[in-house]
Amino acid sequence: MIVRTPVFLIICLAVGAVVFGLSLEVGNDYVFFAGYVILQYVVLSTAWNILGGYCGYVNFGTAAFFALGAYSTVAIYKLIGDNDLPHIMPMPVLMLVGGVVSGIVGFGMGYLTLRLRGAFFSIATLALAVVLQTLVVNWDYVGGSRGAYVIRPEEMPFIGSYVRYLFLMMLLLAIAAIAIARLIEHSKLGYGFATIRDDELAAEALGVPTLRLKLIATTISGALMGMAGAPFPYYIGYLQPDSTFALDYAVNSIAMPLIGGTTSWVGPLIGAVLLGTLQQVATVTISSAVNLLIVGCLLVGFVIIAPNGIIGLVHTFLQRRDEDFVGRRRVDADAPGAVP
Amino acid sequence: MIFSFDLLINAIVSGILIGGFYAAVTSGVSLAFGILDIVNIAHPAFIILGSYVAYIVNATFGLDPILTAIVVTPLFYALGAGIYQVYYVSFEKRGQESLRGLAFFFGLLFITEVSLVLYFGVDYRYVSAPYIGPTWHFGDVDLPLRMLVPCVVSLLLIATLQLILTRTFIGRAIMAVAQDQLALRLMAIDPIRIKRIAFGISIATASLAGAFLIIIQPVEPSVGRQYIGRVFAICVLGGLGSMPGAVIAAMLVGIVESLTSTFYGPSWAPAVSFGFLLLTLAVRPAGLMGR
Repeated sequence: MIVRTPVFLIICLAVGAVVFGLSLEVGNDYVFFAGYVILQYVVLSTAWNILGGYCGYVNFGTAAFFALGAYSTVAIYKLIGDNDLPHIMPMPVLMLVGGVVSGIVGFGMGYLTLRLRGAFFSIATLALAVVLQTLVVNWDYVGGSRGAYVIRPEEMPFIGSYVRYLFLMMLLLAIAAIAIARLIEHSKLGYGFATIRDDELAAEALGVPTLRLKLIATTISGALMGMAGAPFPYYIGYLQPDSTFALDYAVNSIAMPLIGGTTSWVGPLIGAVLLGTLQQVATVTISSAVNLLIVGCLLVGFVIIAPNGIIGLVHTFLQRRDEDFVGRRRVDADAPGAVP
Repeated sequence: MIFSFDLLINAIVSGILIGGFYAAVTSGVSLAFGILDIVNIAHPAFIILGSYVAYIVNATFGLDPILTAIVVTPLFYALGAGIYQVYYVSFEKRGQESLRGLAFFFGLLFITEVSLVLYFGVDYRYVSAPYIGPTWHFGDVDLPLRMLVPCVVSLLLIATLQLILTRTFIGRAIMAVAQDQLALRLMAIDPIRIKRIAFGISIATASLAGAFLIIIQPVEPSVGRQYIGRVFAICVLGGLGSMPGAVIAAMLVGIVESLTSTFYGPSWAPAVSFGFLLLTLAVRPAGLMGR
């Protein structure tokens, strides 16, 4: 049974409303600070999975796309500050701008490298992060290597503290990302992506426009990562190139879908929520360095032992149970004196 | 800025010297990525591991870092052979090397790096050796020995590798594995064994490259990240699997980086290798000396 997209969206929004309501119930803003990071990883890993999981192209440059979104926000913030414009930009507009910028860069990257073997794309994304960081470090307008301060408003009408507003925005973006991923999965586009993942040469031979499909995937994936980065300066307050371009974003956004399972939208969601929560707990209780060790070990362990992630494990478990069940019934039916 | 001739000459010389070091760093990747088709993105992390081994031995026994590195190459070889075995059984055999194999090495990168951070902390470490201080002067040209020694040893290393690859049976088998595995099997050679040996050699070079790195500059665990993009850029620019190509490309990148940081400022230097990479991919994907 496949739920239609509008119905699915309504279900997602309902779940989102429950999540927001429960977070409000706790009555402590720390929940919003921690939850924001987890939701951000839901968006990043879902976005990564559109290219990585569906098409089979590994993007190591998550941080680059994320940082593009963040720095376009900083650029707009400075622009408004310099020209004494009275209003601060509404967050959805900033997200849109970040998404457009990252989407364009994603398209350009893909155009240059996707005609070659897959590994070249991965290496080029890695190098992209270095170059964008070099550009930002040398661009004084957005703070250069000193970093940039972004002062966030104290309160938002109707919602309360600003971090709640950011949390809500990220929640909506996460829902949008999941809905897009699911829509792709069940559409012609998704089947095209799957043919690329399984056998690109055969797909090309059968007339699948592989380059065009791959470009669509990189653009959507990059745009979503940029949108996830756009609110970040307001969340963190002080944006600095070294931490914004950190490889940590890349390893997380690769580990989360692979741990959850890459073939469906559920995988990155499960992976991000599990790993994101685990990291929040580990950061508070142990240290943030151990965080990355946990992610690295889980990533290596999962790709070796459970290549299809948690979803794969659940599938095999259910299948085995079904087989056991069917097998037992057949044995019962064959038993002498059994009533058919 | 006033254009000065000494500055130019010195920039080029130091570019060549650093290029020699880049060549050592790239040789391992060239072997793994260029010949075996294994995208070992964790190679720089193993280089840092090599740096720390050199540091520990140097700090406790006062042994020369390069000598240490040569002595421990069998350990690195064994590490590489072990990693290849895991990689083969888990990914190559199942045909999943493109996505999960890449993720595997990315995970290894973080495990190695964070383990070093947890054990040694993030302080910069350095070694001491008689050739680290002094500098030779030839007219206006400065030749710091701390750069010259790694460069020379690195070129020796690559010459040795090239000799092994072209003159010995194992080396020719390694080159053959890149071309046709089935043919190799028909000659009664186990391609998996050959690949294991080749990957072992690739990681063994990381031990030496690590020693060079810690001679050239103080090292902390995450320094390796700066080399990932650079190394692959050099490897692609030189032509996959070509050792002479890798040396030329490494020198080229070294010189242009050095000129950039002398005349435009060091903060622009990291972009150089990426520029080279994009240009190569767009204009001549086979590289300078590609097959």
